[in-house]
Amino acid sequence: MEVQSCVKIINEWDIVAARQLGRNVAKDLGFGTVDQARVTTAISELARNIYLYAGQGTVAIEKVQRNGKAGMKIIAVDEGPGIKDIRKVMEDGYTTSGGLGAGLPGVKRLMDEFDIDSTPGKGTKILATKWLR
Amino acid sequence: MNKQVYDFIRNNQEFILEKWMDIMRKNADERLIKVISDQMFTQTSHEFIDMVIANMESKNDAFTTKLSDFAEKVVRLGWPLFFVNEGLHKFTLIVLNGMAEQKIINPENQIEIINSLDKWSSPMNNEIVNVYTHTWERTVSLQKIALQELSAPLIPVLEGITIMPLIGTIDTERARQIMENLLTGVVKHRSEVVLIDITGVPVVDTMVAHHIIQAAEAVRLVGAKCMLCGIRPEIAQTIVNLGINLNEIITKNSLKKGIEAALEITSRKIIEVEEDHENSNFKTI
Repeated sequence: MEVQSCVKIINEWDIVAARQLGRNVAKDLGFGTVDQARVTTAISELARNIYLYAGQGTVAIEKVQRNGKAGMKIIAVDEGPGIKDIRKVMEDGYTTSGGLGAGLPGVKRLMDEFDIDSTPGKGTKILATKWLR
Repeated sequence: MNKQVYDFIRNNQEFILEKWMDIMRKNADERLIKVISDQMFTQTSHEFIDMVIANMESKNDAFTTKLSDFAEKVVRLGWPLFFVNEGLHKFTLIVLNGMAEQKIINPENQIEIINSLDKWSSPMNNEIVNVYTHTWERTVSLQKIALQELSAPLIPVLEGITIMPLIGTIDTERARQIMENLLTGVVKHRSEVVLIDITGVPVVDTMVAHHIIQAAEAVRLVGAKCMLCGIRPEIAQTIVNLGINLNEIITKNSLKKGIEAALEITSRKIIEVEEDHENSNFKTI
């Protein structure tokens, strides 16, 4: 756990700010272009979920180390309505907003580790990590 | 304005200016010093103090114009807002300290003098912040307009073939424009094939993909074919990871391939012309 930078998501442009930050960190850590694109897309999804469903929240990027491996962790936190059925939102094609419903399951596939914690009425916290290969 | 304060500032103008410049120079960060020359700094400082003093003399209208002019100049020079605000604050402090040194301030009148200085400096402070924010807001809205102008152009390249190159981030507003321009353009140019080129789109997430799918579907409804070009390898991989189904849309990796395919759809092809056979018959585009 090292440097942590944080972007508040309030309007649509903050999504761009968040993924720009993520791209910079990924570049910094030496991720290849494909993984850079994966990480930025994942951040974009998570930040957009915050903007769409919770109204506001934060996306933090952390550089992490484990067993000599470096990686980056995305921490998306909001105090929105929360998710009632987590199993359901992790299914492909499930959507409540008329979108594609590929966001969360997509993020899980884009990243190496994925953890979601949500309480209805309280908010949602999502942790996603990508390791440098 | 309190008469004592006014007289003090008038009589000690040079002294205040010198002291103020000294303090401000120490306070200014290196970035600022680098940007402006010494001469410029002195000149602007003079102007600042002149303006501050003018505020005591002139009526509101004249002062506001002067202040706006000054603020605009400072913005152009790249003086940070905090530096200008700090300057005003330091100016008040210098006056107060100077007056205390000359024993003009005594325990009886100190509250009155401080109040009078504050009454004079806070509207000025507000006005400066106002002018600054106004300048920023103007810049931001101008840039928004500039951005909108390059949002979603539709270019007819060949009979029946139209290209929409997309560059930069796609947000909800832009997605709406893309859809609108695409549909009106397809009808206006009587396009058979529309190529959407996403070489310049940095991130294709589910929302962007969703908008593209919707646009393609709408284009199909008005009787044309939609083709997606410029999918970079890393974008292709993220689309697969996300599990987005783009089966309904023809995709090509470059605009060149896209145009070739579009020509094929409209049953034409590019033929190299040989000089010797100038009179021979061949179908050109």
